[in-house]
Amino acid sequence: MRSGTPPLFPEAASTLAGRVDGLYLFLVGLTAVMTIFIFSMVIFFMIKYKRRDPNSIGARIHGGMALEIAWSVIPLFICLGIFVWATNIFFAIARPPAETMNIYVVGKQWMWKFQHLDGQREINEVHVPVGRPVKMIMTSEDVIHDLFFPNFRVKADVVPGRYTSLWFEATKAGEYHMFCAEYCGTQHSGMVGKVIVMEPDDYQAWLSGGLQEGSLASAGGKLFQDLACNTCHRPDAQGRGPVLQNLYGKQVSLQSGENVVVDEAYLRESILMPSSKVTAGFQPVMPTFQGLVSEEGVLSLIEYVKSLKTDSPVQAVRPNTGGPAANEATPAQAPPTRN
Amino acid sequence: MSSNTVASPTSTYLNNGLTLKSWLLTKDHKRIALLYLAAVSFFFLIGALFAVLIRLELVTPAGDLLTDETYNKVFTMHGVMMVFFFLIPVVPAVLGNFLIPLMIGAKDLAFPKLNLLSFYVYMVGSLFTMWSIVSGGLDTGWTFYTPFSTVASTSAVVPAALGIFINGFSGILTGLNFMVTIHTMRAPGMTWFRLPLFVWAHYATSLIQILGTPVVAITIVLVAAERVFGFGLFNPAVGGDPVLFQHLFWFYSHPAVYIMILPAMGIISEIIASSSRKQVFGYSFVAFASIGIAVIGFLVWGHHMFVSGESVYAALVFSVLTFIVAVPSAVKVFNWTATMYRGSVSWESPMFFAAGFMGLFAVGGLTGLFLASMGLDVHLTDTYFVVAHFHYVMVGGTIMGYLGGIHFWWPKITGRKYNDIMARVSAVIVFIGFNLTFLPQFVVGYLGMPRRYHAYPDEFQVLNVLSSAGAAVLAVGYMMPIFYLIASLKTGELAGDNPWGAVGLEWNTTSPPPTENFKTTPVVTWEAYEYPTPVEGHVV
Amino acid sequence: MEQQTEASLLGMWTFLVTEILFFGGALTAYLVYRNWYPDAFALASYEIPIMPGAINTAVLIFSSLTMALAVHFAQTGDRGKTMLFIVLTSILGAAFLGIKAYEYHEKYVEHFIPGFGLPFEFPANPEYTNAARIFYSLYFVLTGLHALHMIIGLGIMTWMFIWVKNGTITQEYYAPVEIAGLYWHFVDIVWIFLFPLLYLIGRHVHHVG
Repeated sequence: MRSGTPPLFPEAASTLAGRVDGLYLFLVGLTAVMTIFIFSMVIFFMIKYKRRDPNSIGARIHGGMALEIAWSVIPLFICLGIFVWATNIFFAIARPPAETMNIYVVGKQWMWKFQHLDGQREINEVHVPVGRPVKMIMTSEDVIHDLFFPNFRVKADVVPGRYTSLWFEATKAGEYHMFCAEYCGTQHSGMVGKVIVMEPDDYQAWLSGGLQEGSLASAGGKLFQDLACNTCHRPDAQGRGPVLQNLYGKQVSLQSGENVVVDEAYLRESILMPSSKVTAGFQPVMPTFQGLVSEEGVLSLIEYVKSLKTDSPVQAVRPNTGGPAANEATPAQAPPTRN
Repeated sequence: MSSNTVASPTSTYLNNGLTLKSWLLTKDHKRIALLYLAAVSFFFLIGALFAVLIRLELVTPAGDLLTDETYNKVFTMHGVMMVFFFLIPVVPAVLGNFLIPLMIGAKDLAFPKLNLLSFYVYMVGSLFTMWSIVSGGLDTGWTFYTPFSTVASTSAVVPAALGIFINGFSGILTGLNFMVTIHTMRAPGMTWFRLPLFVWAHYATSLIQILGTPVVAITIVLVAAERVFGFGLFNPAVGGDPVLFQHLFWFYSHPAVYIMILPAMGIISEIIASSSRKQVFGYSFVAFASIGIAVIGFLVWGHHMFVSGESVYAALVFSVLTFIVAVPSAVKVFNWTATMYRGSVSWESPMFFAAGFMGLFAVGGLTGLFLASMGLDVHLTDTYFVVAHFHYVMVGGTIMGYLGGIHFWWPKITGRKYNDIMARVSAVIVFIGFNLTFLPQFVVGYLGMPRRYHAYPDEFQVLNVLSSAGAAVLAVGYMMPIFYLIASLKTGELAGDNPWGAVGLEWNTTSPPPTENFKTTPVVTWEAYEYPTPVEGHVV
Repeated sequence: MEQQTEASLLGMWTFLVTEILFFGGALTAYLVYRNWYPDAFALASYEIPIMPGAINTAVLIFSSLTMALAVHFAQTGDRGKTMLFIVLTSILGAAFLGIKAYEYHEKYVEHFIPGFGLPFEFPANPEYTNAARIFYSLYFVLTGLHALHMIIGLGIMTWMFIWVKNGTITQEYYAPVEIAGLYWHFVDIVWIFLFPLLYLIGRHVHHVG
């Protein structure tokens, strides 16, 4: 951050920031014009029609239909125009591209924990590359938080009990603010940090430096074995549970008759509340793992299931140091920053 | 309008009974209005003190004046006091209570005893909230989001929740009283479309109070039940939905902001019509706009939840309806401006407050469009931009309007005129101080400063210092009326029945009015805001 | 006086609208969670014995009849019969509360009270425990608020009885009894909604063990 003159406008560092700023500046202009117009009309009329004779009254004018229609319809159309413009921007914000680099985020009072897929863990800081769409899949361990990157013009609530997400594509290397933007208790204003955007080469260097802990998916594979998931979920369809190979992203039929897409939320629900959406043709015998797996454990299992493809053999690689283990309420403190 | 030859009226509501009991057990809507005036002024002071603490803390980037726990309680209680105990009741309970029977030609409201009950319910509610303050305070934000408020907060949630719950009944009973009064107690000839727009505004407000307040009541009951009994309705750890709380909460709390602004808009209609000695341009459009705002206002609550995880399609519907609800407000602003055209415009202080309202409400309303814009709201929500927006409408709008109303009807209420030059100076200082305080907050909000932060990055400091300096100016502007208004009680010129030369039934009786309001029931034969020639007034 | 009556009736109807919104908020929560946990809700509802609820429904419907008769006899000026039917209505209301107290006690014994630090178990299907907690939370909130309104209703009945006895209520001025009747009927109607939503949702489903 520069010191010296304080900024009056935030730097734009994402692909969508420019569109958001465009709408913002248009509305600033509209507000300024309309406010100055109305206020000056009021002052002008006060001056021009100032009462001179204490007994005088105003002209007898009831109203004018043409004016009423004009100043109802024209603002309505302007508003609807702004609505369309703003909604288009929102669709872009709400719909990540098909290919994103995913990072898992767990918020808790009062810190942010970031989990990269290849095992890097960060606290209150996250490194991302320039020019690649990044999606953050988030949950909270306690109360509602909100992850906010003002320079990307993006934020989303982080809610306990479910996954929410946001995405952005950074356009400019640098360090930018990261805030919690949903009041969450005592140290809400301390739940801040930075997002460090790096050029692709620097990012690669950063990724390969530091402690190797094994990828998130491999940690999930270890957990899959430790929790004995593999006894029911076998790749050969002989188990009591559905085959998980190639399952992620597919549509499945449930016992209730409805169809669902296998996404992160479905997988999380299946681990923590297995009887709520039982796959058609299977018995509701899966036990719940609520209380037996931490949020990060669930995320690692999800990544593991995502990684299961029949054309590459299933691997549960033991990492060098302990990954997220069962019963762990908070993870081991990861080494803080990497350059 | 010379009032040199005015004699002080002999029997008024003020001297009809001088004991404390005659005030505390009164059924006279005018005395009840003054009881409310004392109470809301006291709670405003408390809320304002919390605001002073906030702005003092925010002068420096570090959280060095208050601990973070204390700061969280201070901004929470600022919000709770200001929203529930000041902004929502103030205009209806003080000016609405005093004026509605007078304006429609009635002796009192439909249910005078219920009116007194409303006041005491309000006071009981405030007692519970005071208990919350003295037993450590509340730190959940005035919005009580779960699961923080139900599970994580260690502050005095239940007494505060109970206080707000009880206070809600006061609003429901007042709304009920107004609605029935306006339906059934209008004087002969006072048809719906001859009613002052102040009355229309309060009718629309009553609709909202009746339909919306019960929903926040049950929501608060559920939060309290979760804390006291352990029922886990909003706790995701036991399968509850924290976002359901948000839906239930905002279903009331959005219409609540229209409870806050509609009565103030009613005041502006009265002041501008009277100050221009002219009919309100497009009377029926303004009347229907009030009703329209009340109705559509119930359909937009989800615009507080664009980033909470609600579906894109729900967000779409809420966004477009939010844009639509802006239109009737714009229509009103245009109609008020047009009312002044070719009017005989007075420069007395109520017009100054009304002019200030027009400027500040324009900014407040238009910045609402920024927040209705989904793509932009993602960036702006939960930042100081929102704080600036709602202060522009609630303080720049409601409080400016309220002050204008107090000044406009002070002669009627007290029988005295105040020093008008001081009042004009006060209006200007408030206007300037207000803009200095809250304009920088738009900027720092777009920069990314989140709400409810007591420590912030260094580069936001200059804007925060500007804002706090503005707050000091604003405080001066707010304190001035206390002095010259109270001074007027002793030394003010006697006002006479109609010091402004306005029309409206309230000006057809003495200042102050007698307890029964009118010596004989008025019969209305003229249109709203119809200025007769000669200008002495209508013969009732 | 007629204006006063008209105003009072309008006032009570308006108040009842606020009550609809009040219960409506809790019913919205019920709607959402029933949609989330349909099977758990059905099972939890099935676990509530239907007989006390059914008896209470009959009691309340009958009490609405006695209330309507009280209003009728107030209209015709028959003091004696008015008082009789107010008393009958009150007895039925008290009976309702008594049965409710019995039901609450049963819930306590069966460990179906999801709060107060009490043990909560859902042996019918332990995996549904959390959802059952939510169901029973809603059960107690809804029936508890309803019972509170019944108690207030009994107070209103007492007040009306006194006014009929001391002559305040006459054939010309019976609006308070009519308004009390409106309130009583409303409390009855709320129960008509609560009974099927809380007691009857699991009945048609054949439960396996």
